[in-house]
Amino acid sequence: MRTFLDFEKPIADLEGKIAELRHLSSTGEINIAEEISRLQVKLDASLKQVYGKLSAWQKVQVARHFDRPHSRDYLTGLIDDFVALAGDKAFAEDPAMIGGIGRFRGRTVIVIGQEKGADTEDRIRHNFGMARPEGYRKAQRLMRLADRFALPVITLVDTPGAYPGVDAEARGQAEAIARSIDICLGLGVPIVSVVIGEGGSGGAIALAAADRVMMLEHAVYSVISPEGCASILWRDGEQAKTAAQAMKMTAEDLKELGIIDRIVAEPLGGAHRAPELAVAAVGDALAEALDELAGRDADSLRQERRMKFLRMGAQQGA
Amino acid sequence: MSWLSNVVRPKLREWVGAGSRSVPDNLWEKCPACEQMIFHRELESRLRVCPHCDHHLRLGVDARLGMIFDDAAFETVALPKAPVDPLKFRDVRKYPDRLKEAQTRTGRSEALIIANGQIGALPAVAVALNFDFMGGSMGVAVGESFLAAARLAIEKDATFIVFCASGGARMQEGILSLMQMARTTIAVQLVREAGLPYLAILTDPTTGGVSASFAMLGDVTIAEPGAVIGFAGARVIEQTIRESLPAGFQKAEYLLEHGMVDLIVHRSAMREALVRLNTLLRRPRLEPIFASANEPDGEELPEVPDDGLRGERGSEAPPALHAHPQPVGEDRVVE
Repeated sequence: MRTFLDFEKPIADLEGKIAELRHLSSTGEINIAEEISRLQVKLDASLKQVYGKLSAWQKVQVARHFDRPHSRDYLTGLIDDFVALAGDKAFAEDPAMIGGIGRFRGRTVIVIGQEKGADTEDRIRHNFGMARPEGYRKAQRLMRLADRFALPVITLVDTPGAYPGVDAEARGQAEAIARSIDICLGLGVPIVSVVIGEGGSGGAIALAAADRVMMLEHAVYSVISPEGCASILWRDGEQAKTAAQAMKMTAEDLKELGIIDRIVAEPLGGAHRAPELAVAAVGDALAEALDELAGRDADSLRQERRMKFLRMGAQQGA
Repeated sequence: MSWLSNVVRPKLREWVGAGSRSVPDNLWEKCPACEQMIFHRELESRLRVCPHCDHHLRLGVDARLGMIFDDAAFETVALPKAPVDPLKFRDVRKYPDRLKEAQTRTGRSEALIIANGQIGALPAVAVALNFDFMGGSMGVAVGESFLAAARLAIEKDATFIVFCASGGARMQEGILSLMQMARTTIAVQLVREAGLPYLAILTDPTTGGVSASFAMLGDVTIAEPGAVIGFAGARVIEQTIRESLPAGFQKAEYLLEHGMVDLIVHRSAMREALVRLNTLLRRPRLEPIFASANEPDGEELPEVPDDGLRGERGSEAPPALHAHPQPVGEDRVVE
């Protein structure tokens, strides 16, 4: 059963009708096929119209969609011979951060991503993609491994934010994030990041201080959740819609601001309507980015990565 | 006079007393910890440490910098230009209005100041985040200034010192404020690559994007007693876990106990700690490796001022610096 978002009412109606007709058609009625294709055209037009001009807040909803493909789907769809590696080798394994070594279109790579989980039980197990310090330290360990074996790093960003809990603070959430950024920026191998859903604050940039940062068309990336921003600046959590707009957190906004390098188009109606197409599109974009960065020496990679971040903000003109 | 009690030299007393903090209408200030009334002049002369309970009240940036440099002498460095209101942000008020108000109230252009001077007769560049200026929040201008300070430290072959006091990223600059976490980390890397020490001092409060970037990347991380230091805000955590937080949670002492800071230094001993660290970390590089104690090859070496770190009187050796702050006067109670 598909979950529909509040702005998808016309889409839900059409999809419902089509499903009903499909069910009927199995009973052998004539003219139904014709009616289905007529409705399908209408549905596509409706999807195109609605998804063509999603507001920032609507994108937040799409980015958080229950059925949206998450890190594990990308790993399954894109990485062969995957060897998952667990643990930070200091305290614990954090299921909110998954990663390992595998083959991506002929290259050996290290892949790291926040994992939100699939169904409710799985989501709880993965802590909804909110990593603890051990998750970030696991990411650091994997990046060091990449450096040692000259393997490019792919990171998949999908987190509401780093976990805000007592245990996370006790073990140094701030240091874990700071060190992850430090290690990303110091890598002598290419690092490419894709924000596939939610890019939540420090928890996101910990994996995204990269040579190339890309975002799926309906993904969002921001310094704080719109709800958090609204409750602090507006003192009213209900203003999340307004905050989402004001913060400029959509892929389009961030491309314009020079924060991200590329927007990866999603299938019609969002990645959750055709996960395999979204996964393939991300794969193509990753391959292109890795091709561009192949054969570069460690110093020039580091130097250019730094320059890219040093230019940010400054280029908005004083 | 013990080696520590002379830290607040008369010159500095005067200077702190006459600093930018204007004399309050109310000549008495209530200690937020023990709620006792403190005469403002006494509070300022004690670097805003409560004489009753030793609570470290928030300290202005001028006094902060004045207390650490040799002879309280330093030069303030102009901040680089940075874009203003890059997102044209507006919440219930326009961001430029909030900025202007902060500028008027503090007399500063941004939430950070850069100072250049000497600590232990060795060059040092220090930055202090100004909590009075929009909660010391980090936007493009703060990031840009932090980078400028790091570059200045490298140019002057100076130790880089940072006093953190910040609620985190400046939300009004959205994603650009988040990017400052990466940009300030680059600044730290540049200092590191130049072989210079980077000392981070975490004061109340050090949270959010500031704690999760340069604040936690110090070669040595010092905290002030009682300072709140953490990533997520206490309220957010409480809402997440739906239970009350443990006593002392996110306080400097809690972080020390959990291995997240190197040491806690009482404000009155901060300069001494910085002089000692600066000397210990820098001198080996300045001294020939095999210099013998009998034949000091010290022509080029600056004379280290006697700040009580070397035995002041004959053979009396200065005490070691401990991770936990040591009681510094008979009237001081720590914890």
